[in-house]
Amino acid sequence: MERTQARHEALDLDESDLLRMYRAMLLARRVDERSWILNRQGKAAFVISCQGQEAAQVGAAYNMRPGYDYVYPYYRDAAITLFLGQSARDQFLSLLGKKEDPNSGGRQMPGHFSSRKLNIVTASAPVGVQYPQAVGSALAFKMRGEDGVVLVSGGEGSTSQGDWHEAMNFAGLHDLPVIFLVQNNAYAISIPEKLEVAGSIASRAAGYGFPGHAVDGNDVLAVYETAKEAFERARRGEGPTLIEARTYRLTAHSSDDDDRRYREREEIEEWRQKDPILRFEKYLAEVEVLDEEKREEIDAEIKAEVAEASDYAESAPYADPEEVLERVYAEV
Amino acid sequence: MATKTLLQAIHDGLAEEMRADETVMVMGEDVGRAGGVFRVTQGLQEEFGPERALDTPLAESLIAGSAIGLSVNGMRPVAEIQFADFIPPAFDQIVSEAARFYYRSNGAWNVPITIRAPYGVVPGGALYHSQSVEAYFCNTPGLKVVAPTFPADAKGMLKSAIRDPNPVLFFEHKRTYRMIKEEVPDDDYTVPLGEARIHREGTDITVCAYGLVLYTALQVAQRFSEEHGIEVEIVEPRTLYPLDKETILNSARKTGKFLVISEANLTGSVSGEIAAVVAHEAFEWLDAPVMRLGAPDVPAAAFARPMMDFFVPGEERIEAAMLELARY
Ligand SMILES: Cc1ncc(C[n+]2csc(CCOP(=O)(O)OP(=O)(O)O)c2C)c(N)n1
Ligand SMILES: [Mg+2]
Repeated sequence: MERTQARHEALDLDESDLLRMYRAMLLARRVDERSWILNRQGKAAFVISCQGQEAAQVGAAYNMRPGYDYVYPYYRDAAITLFLGQSARDQFLSLLGKKEDPNSGGRQMPGHFSSRKLNIVTASAPVGVQYPQAVGSALAFKMRGEDGVVLVSGGEGSTSQGDWHEAMNFAGLHDLPVIFLVQNNAYAISIPEKLEVAGSIASRAAGYGFPGHAVDGNDVLAVYETAKEAFERARRGEGPTLIEARTYRLTAHSSDDDDRRYREREEIEEWRQKDPILRFEKYLAEVEVLDEEKREEIDAEIKAEVAEASDYAESAPYADPEEVLERVYAEV
Repeated sequence: MATKTLLQAIHDGLAEEMRADETVMVMGEDVGRAGGVFRVTQGLQEEFGPERALDTPLAESLIAGSAIGLSVNGMRPVAEIQFADFIPPAFDQIVSEAARFYYRSNGAWNVPITIRAPYGVVPGGALYHSQSVEAYFCNTPGLKVVAPTFPADAKGMLKSAIRDPNPVLFFEHKRTYRMIKEEVPDDDYTVPLGEARIHREGTDITVCAYGLVLYTALQVAQRFSEEHGIEVEIVEPRTLYPLDKETILNSARKTGKFLVISEANLTGSVSGEIAAVVAHEAFEWLDAPVMRLGAPDVPAAAFARPMMDFFVPGEERIEAAMLELARY
C-alpha cells in the first residue's frame, strides 16, 4: 500500500492528476464503444478504435502543453485528442461526417484528427507520413530557440516505413525536441509482430544515437513516467526519445475488418484481462482515490456526456454538397 | 537592371527573400556549404548560417516532409530536390500530404512551402538527370506547379511562390541555367503565379511552350517572320497547374491555329491538357487541328549525344511542326 502510493507521488502526480487521466481514458473508451453501436445501426460508415491503447496515449499526452507543443497523432489516438481538449461531440461529429466536424468538416474519415488551436496537425491515411513532418516542426522550435516539443505517434507497422527511419535519423542528427511514440499493439491489420518487426523497435533508437525505451503500454503511470523524462529531455534541448509502448488492439482493425481470420479469441481474452482501464481502476482503488461509488458516478457522468454528444451529432447538419469545391487553395 | 542568367536570378530571388523574411530558409542535399550542385544556393549558408541554409541527409521524402512540418510551425522553407528525376521518393509527401493539408483540414492547416527541382535534358545527364516530371504533379488539386523559363520571370515567380500560402512546385530547366540571360530588375518585384505570358504577338499561328523548347521556338518564330512573313504568337504558360486558360484561349481564338510544344514524353503530358482545353473551348475559331509536339514515348534521355539530341524536340522538328500548322 505505502509502496504503490509512492508510485504516483514519486512522479509528482496528485489525486486530481490521477482522476484527469482516468476520465480521459474512460471517455475515450465510452466514445469508442458508442461509435461501434452507431456503426451497427448503420449510422456510422466506418469506425477505427483506440480500445486497449488508452493508457499509452494518455500517459504520453499528459506531459503536453496543449496549444503550445505540437502533436502528430495517428488514427487510433482519440484518447490523446480528447485529453488535449477535443470533445466527445467533436468525435461524433467527425464519425458521422457532419459540417461541424472540427477535424475536416466532413471531408475525412473519423480518426483523422486536426485542430489548429490545439496544435494537432492534420493527419491522413498513408501510414508513416507524419514522421518527417513531425521532425520538421521540431526543427522549427529548435531554430527559434523555443522549448516546444513535438509528440508523433504511430503503430508498430509504421516503423517499417522509410519515412520512420528517415525521420529518426534526422531527429538524431539535430538533437530535435521530438518524441516518437510507437504503440506496438502486436498487429498491422492481420500481420503479426513477428512478420513485421525485425529485432526490437525500442533498440533501434540506439542506432540513431538517442534513447529508446520499451514500456508497458497498458500501465498509464509507466508510460507517463517514461514520457515525462522524454519531454524534459526534449525541453532541455538534449534531443529526441523513442518510446515503444507495448500494448494490444482489443477490437478488429476497423469496422471493415473481421479479425477471426487471423487471431485466436483466447488471445484477445487474455489481453482483456490486462485492459489498461481496469488496471488503472485497480490502482486507483488501492491508493484510495476511487471507490466503487465514485467510479460509478464518473462513469455515469461520462455516459451521459457521450449520449448527449452522440445525439447532438446525429441531429447536426451535413455541409452543403457544394462545399466539396471549397478550400482547395488557401487565399493568397 | 543588370543582365542575369536564369541561375543568378533564382539565386538572387532566394537571397532577397531570406533577407526580407527571417522565416525563409533553404534546405536540401548539398545546398549549404557547397552552395548546391548547380551553385543556385551559393553563398547563402555564409550569409544566413547552417540552419537557414540547411544541408540535409540524402532522403527526399524527409526533405519534403520536414519542409511541411517546418511550414506548419512558422517557417517558409524552400526545399531543393537536387534533380527532378529524384523526386519520386518525395511524391507521397508532396501529393498526398502538402497538397491536401488545407483541404483535408477544412482550411485550418495550410502549407507554405516551395519545392525547387531542376529538370530537363542536359548533355551527360542520361536516364536519371534528364526527366520532365511535371505531368505527374499536374493532376493534383491543392498543388501549384510552375515552370518559368526566363530569368526575370523566374525571380519574380520564385518570390511569389515563397510568399504563397500554398505548396508550390518550382521547376527549373537546368540546361538553360546559364544559357538564358536577360535584364533583371533590381527592385523587389514579384510576378504572379497562375498567369501565362505572351512573348511575341502574332496573327498567323500560336505556339504554346515552356522551358528549352520555348527558347528554341522563339528563335524559329523570329526567322519565320523574317524569311516567310509568318507571324507567330508565342504563349508561355509559366504556371502549368492550375492553367491560365484564358490567356491561352485568347491567343488560340485570335490565330485559329494552335501548337503546343514541350520536352516531356508526349503521352499524358501537360500538353495534352492544354490541347484539350483549346480543342474544346476554342473549337469554333480553329482553322486547323490542335497540334502537339513532344518527346517520343521512350525514357528520357539516352546518354550518347546523338541519341540525346534525337530525343529532344529541336529546331528542325519545331520548325517543321510550325510550318505544317501555318500551311493549313
Ligand atoms: C502506406 C499505407 N499502406 C497501407 C495502408 C493500409 N493500412 C492502414 S492501417 C494498416 C496497418 C497499420 O498497422 P500499425 O502501424 O501497426 O497500426 P495499428 O493499426 O496496428 O494501430 C494498413 C496496412 C495505409 N493506410 N497506408
Ligand atoms: Mg499495430
